[in-house]
Amino acid sequence: MSSTTVFVPRDAAALSLGAEQVAQAIAGEATARRLDTRVVRNGTRGMCWLEPLVEVQTAAGRIAYGPVAAADVPGLFAADFLNGGGHALRVGPVEAVPYFNTQDRLTFARVGVTDPVNIDDYLAHDGYKGLTRALGMSAAAIVQQVTESGLRGRGGAAFPTGLKWQTVLDTPADQKYLACNADEGDSGTFADRMLMEGDPFVLIEGMTIAALAVGATEGYVYLRVEYPHAHRALDEAIATAYERGYLGADIMGSGARFNLHVRLGAGAYICGEETSMLESLEGKRGEVRPRPPLPAVKGLFGMPTVVNNVISLATIPIIIDKGAAFYRDYGVGKSRGTLTVQLGGNIKRGGLVEKAFGVTVRDLLYEFGGGSASGRPIRAVQIGGPLGAYLPESQFDTPLDYEAFAAIDALVGHGGVVAFDETVDMSQMARYAMEFCALESCGKCTPCRIGSTRGVEVIDRILSGTESRLHVELLAELCDTMTYGSLCGLGGLTPYPVLSALKHFPQDFVKV
Amino acid sequence: MDSVDSIGTETIGRIVARLRGLPGALLPVLHAIQAELGFVPPAAVPLIAEGLNLSRADVHGVISFYHYFRDAPPGRHTIRLCRAEACQAMNQRALEAHAKERLGIDFHQTTANGTFSLEPVYCLGNCACSPAMMVDHELYGRVTRDRFDEIVVAWEDR
Ligand SMILES: Cc1cc2nc3c(=O)[nH]c(=O)nc-3n(C[C@H](O)[C@H](O)[C@H](O)COP(=O)(O)O)c2cc1C
Ligand code: SF4
Ligand code: FES
Repeated sequence: MSSTTVFVPRDAAALSLGAEQVAQAIAGEATARRLDTRVVRNGTRGMCWLEPLVEVQTAAGRIAYGPVAAADVPGLFAADFLNGGGHALRVGPVEAVPYFNTQDRLTFARVGVTDPVNIDDYLAHDGYKGLTRALGMSAAAIVQQVTESGLRGRGGAAFPTGLKWQTVLDTPADQKYLACNADEGDSGTFADRMLMEGDPFVLIEGMTIAALAVGATEGYVYLRVEYPHAHRALDEAIATAYERGYLGADIMGSGARFNLHVRLGAGAYICGEETSMLESLEGKRGEVRPRPPLPAVKGLFGMPTVVNNVISLATIPIIIDKGAAFYRDYGVGKSRGTLTVQLGGNIKRGGLVEKAFGVTVRDLLYEFGGGSASGRPIRAVQIGGPLGAYLPESQFDTPLDYEAFAAIDALVGHGGVVAFDETVDMSQMARYAMEFCALESCGKCTPCRIGSTRGVEVIDRILSGTESRLHVELLAELCDTMTYGSLCGLGGLTPYPVLSALKHFPQDFVKV
Repeated sequence: MDSVDSIGTETIGRIVARLRGLPGALLPVLHAIQAELGFVPPAAVPLIAEGLNLSRADVHGVISFYHYFRDAPPGRHTIRLCRAEACQAMNQRALEAHAKERLGIDFHQTTANGTFSLEPVYCLGNCACSPAMMVDHELYGRVTRDRFDEIVVAWEDR
């Protein structure tokens, strides 16, 4: 009898719910029953409410079971799950789950499907096709494809990726750098983490293509220290890529050189801001640099540097492999391609939804998310991380689209969608936004450093009921100063969550 | 903690010698020291400064800038409790109060028996399974008060 393959995710979210114990229980039970099984530790399919989600390779395809606890394992064997047998936890084929099969999985095509650190599995699933093509193209032609794809940076600022690359390509220098922003500090976001844990080779491939396109020979991944699982997966994949000639002095026999290093952050939110990240990579305090100069002209160690988010870079291989038009055909308006949405907070079916731009917030919350986890009505959602606006129910029909969001003073950001039910006190969320800004300010400008602390005090005054109206006006003025007087987005965007909470939920600021 | 013992001095010297050639070596050096000693002893500052050709003020400035680096020894295990929005949407505030009461400490403190340190963290990337926390390098999701107690008991013996 040939051995049966069982997939148990190594993704941190799955591990946080007991996947390791499940994997051990399956291996142990198989041994006890003298059954020949092979446990593969895959990434997550992104359906977190079903984690740990176990899949079995059967004659009829991959059959999923979830959420599985270690205690369920003997019962699963008894139900013959190795042949797809019936069981209360049987989900069936993942591809038949509406949450999954209505997505547009481009960047995340392999995540959850393959063994993340097995390069042969990667190659068998279209891996390194993009790089192979790129090696036959001129640098300018690669940049051209990225420009035409319409890809905009997924880290938050939505700057056209091709344009940034063009600047670095056009700036002559003895040494150029590529820095991948894997700081993923935005609360409510985890797409970078899932990608790095579930398909690290696609990031390595994307970075290698980017390096070829701009003439960079050294690359860094700036990874937040809170992600030890992603760190492990990246280290394993990078070591293999060197061994197999996909990194190093002679990439795929082409003579091109690219070295890749992982550097850890140290718990500073501001180090996700690109110039602060560069300072940190240079071994300094993460203080934001004024610009100009742009990092593309004068970046890491004073040299031209491409800084891109994990998702931006991991999307490059499919763009180069399938062509700019293929990618651009997804999306709406000036928001082309897909967004890797992360559904979190008080939501029944949280997880990762990769979907073409244009999907509405309401569809994400209800069609995908299934409403709140608590069963109470969803009252507010924060989109785009701690600097993103709070949206009330009346704005849930807004489509995910950079311009549509800008029009309602909101941010798409890195695509985090955090749901709150009706028990939320929005004055506390506004206060928290100011508190967070005060805690994480790099200290360089007064409106951010002092203004945020003042903001907490003013909100407390409003809530104490003493001269509330006066203090509401003061808060608005303070936000104005922060918006226009801050050097970077931390001070500059904190007014978004604060003012949106105040505007849409004024009743929460009146205490009786 | 103002002096490093001979083992600490030896460790710091070895780490600095190994990593000093890296571009922007200071953060990797600090990470390596904290990974081995659990913290960056204040007495390490002059050793690092000398080894990397920096001023003591520079080294101190970097250590104090980053929340992750600590200048005093932590407990045997460090619990990092997420305080960010997605977790707040799932009763994080109640969990935080419970955790502090159960451990008998506030954030940035260590239990009297030296077993646990408690640190706040702002998102662990587990926002679809909130509330989340981490003990050393292990992540936990959907942490109810009961589950918190179970986890703490399990780690007390590790
Ligand atoms: C306060 C602040 C925090 C940020 N945090 C991140 C982050 O964690 N990850 C990220 O990719 N971009 C972050 N950004 C955006 C970066 O500055 C930069 O725009 C981005 O890394 C560029 O890559 P992209 O064009 O591929 O998005 C942050 C920006 C600000 C102002
Ligand atoms: S806005 Fe805040 S974080 Fe940004 S540069 Fe100014 S002080 Fe630093
Ligand atoms: S907000 Fe708590 S894990 Fe992300």
